[in-house]
Amino acid sequence: MNTAARADYRRYLRLDMMPHILCPGCGHGIVLQAMLRAIWRLGLPQDQVAVVGGIGCSSRMVGYVDFCTLHTTHGRALPFATGLKLARPELTVLAIVGDGDGLAIGGNHLIHAARRNIDVTCLLLNNAIYGMTGGQVAPTTPTEMVSATTPGGALEPSFDSCKLLEAAGASFVARGLSSAPIDLEALIVQGIQHQGFSFLEVLSDCPTYYGRYNRLGEGPEMLQAQRRHVDWVAAPLADKAFVPGFADTAAVADVALQYGVLHRETRPELSEQVHRLIAASVGEGPT
Amino acid sequence: MTATLLQGNQACVRGAIDAGCRFFAGYPITPSSEIMEGMATMLPRVGGVFIQMEDEMASLAAVMGASLAGRKGMTATSGPGFSLMQEHIGYGAFAEIPCVIVDVMRGGPSTGLPTSPSQGDVMQARWGTHGDHPIIVLAPASVAEVYELTVRAFNLSERYRTPVILLYDEVIGHVRERAELPSLESLGVVERPQPNCPTEAYRPYGDGAQRVAPLADFGSGYRYHVTGLAHDERGYPTQDPRVIARLHERLHAKLQDGRAEIVSYEGEELDDAEVVIVAYGVSARAARRAVSEARRQGLRAGLFRPRTLWPFPDAEVNVLARSARALVVAEMNMGQIVYEVERCARGQAPVFGCLRADGQPLTPDEILARLVEVRAGEAEVSR
Ligand code: SF4
Repeated sequence: MNTAARADYRRYLRLDMMPHILCPGCGHGIVLQAMLRAIWRLGLPQDQVAVVGGIGCSSRMVGYVDFCTLHTTHGRALPFATGLKLARPELTVLAIVGDGDGLAIGGNHLIHAARRNIDVTCLLLNNAIYGMTGGQVAPTTPTEMVSATTPGGALEPSFDSCKLLEAAGASFVARGLSSAPIDLEALIVQGIQHQGFSFLEVLSDCPTYYGRYNRLGEGPEMLQAQRRHVDWVAAPLADKAFVPGFADTAAVADVALQYGVLHRETRPELSEQVHRLIAASVGEGPT
Repeated sequence: MTATLLQGNQACVRGAIDAGCRFFAGYPITPSSEIMEGMATMLPRVGGVFIQMEDEMASLAAVMGASLAGRKGMTATSGPGFSLMQEHIGYGAFAEIPCVIVDVMRGGPSTGLPTSPSQGDVMQARWGTHGDHPIIVLAPASVAEVYELTVRAFNLSERYRTPVILLYDEVIGHVRERAELPSLESLGVVERPQPNCPTEAYRPYGDGAQRVAPLADFGSGYRYHVTGLAHDERGYPTQDPRVIARLHERLHAKLQDGRAEIVSYEGEELDDAEVVIVAYGVSARAARRAVSEARRQGLRAGLFRPRTLWPFPDAEVNVLARSARALVVAEMNMGQIVYEVERCARGQAPVFGCLRADGQPLTPDEILARLVEVRAGEAEVSR
């Protein structure tokens, strides 16, 4: 564990891949830095870290970090990560997915990774919209909010991904904020340390589309709004418009939006079980 | 050589284990499930990982994840599942990740005929994923050959860093027959070369001259990037037209250069054949009977049997078209390889189909009847 106040995260960047593609004011870069600081804090050997992404603005970030990096197909980061972890359990495997990536096209893989309790730390960056394709509605867009494909406001309710993942069996569930990067770093540290499937929903901001379509201001305004309306333990969700991912029902106004570690349990981890089975079976029976 | 009574799908399991497969991920589907069941039993005994995934997309993804970590991997499926895997076949071809995909063909399209044979996926195996990509597809015609070509599939996949598709029909998958398995020594087992350069100098992708770069295992000390985006030698995404053109040219050239090793076929009674049957998989077995019966009746027939469907043996078929009076393609579909043969014949001999797509295998009698019709000049070209 590195304890120095100032984290040396730059060593993990592929500077020769810069400039990056993220827009000014995008919250994703803050999340990436928090992840790198968490890796530095834990002192993980760089060669033994694999970062897997799907498709979207958030997933593109895996290219900028100097680990074993795998930028896969839309929605499918977790099955790639599962194969990687089972094949080489000593690797620390992280997955960075987006909200459309993880909850729409990849929703099935997400719940099955949680059910298996494979030791992968999954950061789902939720900005309530499809950013890379130009601002279409996502399964996390709150009702009534505007997107390129819901010009009159979204009709459908949205997912609460943390509740979904807890129900699916994730043994570590947390919610972090791009506007609270120090806390986020601590959450990611805990997620990586946890043996089993660790799910972190990180509320991020997309000023380019979500902010613009819904007149929420630029990056700084969107981040400030996150801070105003959410707090470490629990706070009333006063203004849903600034907090992506929450349904617009009358009840929600009174429901506390929680952030921090929401669920933690100890149960058998898959790669360990698989390799224990293998150790007991090697040489057994005709081959 | 050892002789055993074996089912086709079991021979595939045995071939995979012998070739060094140590990871399998799959999803149940008829008529390929025996492969998954066999792997579930056999893999742990040899230190391998087995996992049943939530669907076919996840299965091939997990196989490629494991392959990047250094384990030879395989998945097995049939028609509908093969359709679902197409995106990842393109990913594997572009990102150059060795893996083996078995497609046990059943009647299609859609749910089709789950328990009946077909050869309807041969064009999908070639072109099913979007975009230009080279691919290797092997087509065994017997249980012994399933074993042999499964080993070959792994070897070619490792040598050329590409997905290899093992394509056979339900009959070959389910038939139990006496199989003389070739010795593993005669087939050889190819292990993936690892880089030995300093880590900073490592490039995961070849440049023009180096067709196939060694693929470092994730976790072995070499850090690099893998993406399905167009990429340069470092694996970094690029939009540079020159780099992208070089990438596509190299990907095609690597299989073109390897043709002599990759393209495999068999000929029977071809020397004096006036009518040549082109057939693969179970249809080739009916064709073989048709050839001997035709010869008994004084019709000089021969059989050309590709064991590699893609890359297609173009030059070999072209040579046949120059010497034969006609070519007949016997296949269990509405006409797929027949057009490929027509392309290769370049008008030098007429090409006729002997086609069947009703869930039943072609019989020697119907192929023979077609040969007689063709020789008598009563058949319509390409149909
Ligand atoms: S489109 Fe939105 S999510 Fe994507 S980089 Fe720009 S601000 Fe970030």
